[in-house]
Amino acid sequence: MTMLNKQELTELILKMVPEATFPEGTQLTEVIVPADKLLLLAQGLKSHKDTDFDYLISLTAVDFITNMTMVYHIESVQYRHLIVIKTILTDRVSPVVDSVSSVWITAEFHEREVFDLFGIRFNNHPNMKRLFLEDDYGYPLRKDFRDEINIIER
Amino acid sequence: MNKDMSSKLYDFSTLTGSIHAGLSNMMSPGWVVFTEMILIGVIFLLCFALIGLYLVYLERKVCAIIQNRIGPNRVGKWGLMQTLADFIKLIMKEMIPIRKADHLLFNLAPFIVITSTIMAMAALPLAKGLQAIDFNIGVFYIMAVSSIGVVGILIAGWSSNSKYSLIGAMRSGAQIVSYELSVGLSLLAIVVFSGTMSLSGIIESQANGWWIFKGHIPAFIAFIIFLIASTAEINRGPFDLAEAESELTAGFHTEYSGIKFAFFYLAEYMNMFIVAALGATVFLGGWMPFHVGTWEGFNHIMDFIPPMVWFFSKTLFIILIIMWFKWTFPRLRIDQLLTLEWKFLLPISLVNIVVIAFIVLMHWHF
Amino acid sequence: MSEEIIKDVIVREDEDYIVNMGPQHPSTHGVLRFEVCLKGETIKYVIPHIGYIHRGIEKMCEAITYPQIIHLTDRMDYLSAHMNNEAVCLCVEDALQVEVPERVKYIRTILDELNRLASHQLWWCAFGMDLGALTAFFYGLRDREHILDIFEESFGSRLLHSFNTPGGLMHDVHPNFQNRTKEFIKYFRKKLPEYDQLLTGNVIFQARAKGIGYMNRETAIAYGITGPSGRGSNFACDVRKIAPYSAYDKVEFKEILLDGGDTFARYKVRMAEMWESLKIIEQLVDNIPEGDFTAKMKPIIKLPVGEYFKRVETARGELAVYIVSDGNKTPYRIKFRSPNFSNLFVMNELVAGHKIADLIAISGSLDLVIPDIDR
Repeated sequence: MTMLNKQELTELILKMVPEATFPEGTQLTEVIVPADKLLLLAQGLKSHKDTDFDYLISLTAVDFITNMTMVYHIESVQYRHLIVIKTILTDRVSPVVDSVSSVWITAEFHEREVFDLFGIRFNNHPNMKRLFLEDDYGYPLRKDFRDEINIIER
Repeated sequence: MNKDMSSKLYDFSTLTGSIHAGLSNMMSPGWVVFTEMILIGVIFLLCFALIGLYLVYLERKVCAIIQNRIGPNRVGKWGLMQTLADFIKLIMKEMIPIRKADHLLFNLAPFIVITSTIMAMAALPLAKGLQAIDFNIGVFYIMAVSSIGVVGILIAGWSSNSKYSLIGAMRSGAQIVSYELSVGLSLLAIVVFSGTMSLSGIIESQANGWWIFKGHIPAFIAFIIFLIASTAEINRGPFDLAEAESELTAGFHTEYSGIKFAFFYLAEYMNMFIVAALGATVFLGGWMPFHVGTWEGFNHIMDFIPPMVWFFSKTLFIILIIMWFKWTFPRLRIDQLLTLEWKFLLPISLVNIVVIAFIVLMHWHF
Repeated sequence: MSEEIIKDVIVREDEDYIVNMGPQHPSTHGVLRFEVCLKGETIKYVIPHIGYIHRGIEKMCEAITYPQIIHLTDRMDYLSAHMNNEAVCLCVEDALQVEVPERVKYIRTILDELNRLASHQLWWCAFGMDLGALTAFFYGLRDREHILDIFEESFGSRLLHSFNTPGGLMHDVHPNFQNRTKEFIKYFRKKLPEYDQLLTGNVIFQARAKGIGYMNRETAIAYGITGPSGRGSNFACDVRKIAPYSAYDKVEFKEILLDGGDTFARYKVRMAEMWESLKIIEQLVDNIPEGDFTAKMKPIIKLPVGEYFKRVETARGELAVYIVSDGNKTPYRIKFRSPNFSNLFVMNELVAGHKIADLIAISGSLDLVIPDIDR
């Protein structure tokens, strides 16, 4: 089997999650899914024999002021296609999303880092504990984070 | 014949005899013994300090040469005063008292280690007749006395009240107790050859050639086993797991500082000296010059080099081999270490002994 | 803002003998704390605690311009500093669709490989030292000094050069650069067999390394273990082959894949990679084209709105840079996917059942640099 192009990936993903949308004009193939379908899509992409996305390159979050977006870069070792999954979380006060650590084990630690820096909690995470910072430090990478003592704003 | 060949060498017992006679003239027998003990004690402590100092310096220089650098060369000519400077610094350091440690045992441990070392050193013959104690069970005495050092190490690890020290001391104890067997058996090999356990007797029996040559293959095997096992005995070289600084900081002497640490450190080098001297005595002839059978002319020329020089150069040779091991090989893990002893060295030693007994019976040695 | 203390999921029983290795420890190579639970000499589990050198690089980068970010990326995985710089530069150049001159590509690749060699040399000598072969430390450093001298002549600094800049290089390399590199290759080809003589063939070393810390291919992929550690378990993850950048598509070199999966296989992969690096440098150093050392860039670099992603192969694995730009001269969000972060957390699986001495050997073979984990 070979590397799937953007068209074929789009069709396969729409079969798994019909609510997925595909933004145009991006550097890599991106797909935006609603938060409750994320785990479904992740499991589907990993187990489907034509996609076989078994390698999670990077898991991170971005704080756009009105929402928080989770960004997952995944790749297939066998076919070498690369795709970016995004989920938009509208609740900024206590954002919650499903954990994908049951699909890719390395996600367990990336999600701890995201929790540490952004405050996004993950359902069904085996060890939801902060990674770098103390337990009562805020969530530094949020855009509304202020630390009067340690951070000098320009 | 052996007695004839070694009788041409200067016998120190005349010197010691005349000192004894001189003292007996001056005081009563009880005081004579007391004075002699003081004298010998002072001489030994001086030897201990000087040889220890020199060996530390030698190790640093050998290590530097193997590692492609220079080593200490600033304090004194060629850096000879370096160790002295280090010990002055160590003496001036604060001895940090540990609150939860067992104070009596904590302070006792370095002394036990030093005591066992000096006691072992007392039995080594430096030249003909120059020996503090001349037991007829010399080999057995040295083996027994150096085992007391293990007690010191275990006490040090336990009383420090620290996990790292305890782990280090346990490992060290297991290692030393296991390897004592191989050391004993390899020494026993030469005892079977020479028929006596007394160290001066073993040396006399090598007057027509050293046992490593006379005893050909089995004696050589015993020598190799002795080298490996004694490196493990003194916690050195590839067997220095107990003080592996990259794993457990410093093992059983982590909590010691100042002069007490200096004692442990010095004792390690003196142990190396004793083990090397023992190997040189038993396998390489001690102070006996290099004689070959009945070649009178050759032996006569060899006799011109004083026996003390022979003794120290053989010891130095073995010390350099031991140092070479340490700086070349990586470390063994504890289970690999114990496997080496119980599954390889011990069976080989036992078989070796049986073979030697057979050889001695059939006179198949030189 | 305060949060309640979250209970850890690993239950520590009363009879567990817990020993802390670090944060100051001679062999963890950085500030990392291993909480090791022992049963006698055998390890039950190990929990790494990180964050001792967390400097908030990703947050800091949101306040500085793209050329200034280069100076911070140096300090993440400081042993592959050049490759970290290159990742950000390539991402920015791709986003602006700028074509750098050929000369820049060749020089960047040569410097990449020299940096990879220096990093592997330091790994080798630290690995030897951890296992007890203290002489190995000096042999590796002696040879590494030659590379650092070449760097110092061209860039002024030995380790953290910040020589790349979006668009090309800061200035041209020193005129002696080519000759010194050629001399170094000749010198090092004679010295590299010494490394094998000292450690690789040694029986004690092989007993300490073979069969220790076995990781199969599925585990490597699931944990995202890239670089030589992954390639030792037959996981083909070399970014230089998957998505070639700079001059890597012009050179012939092998991707070293071994399927031993244990410490010894990872060791051999790195030793073989050193030979491959020498081959790559040899192919490039004579053919550096003349030309500019930088492309024409605007004085203030602003990326168009959008998201950009780039991967490079550092000495330890795959470094990915993800930039979200909102049109300003500073990035809106920049994320560094560092190889050591993923490599660290497989430790618990690898050491279970082994002894403390094996923990040192395994963490040495994974070749971790802690500032890269914490960022």
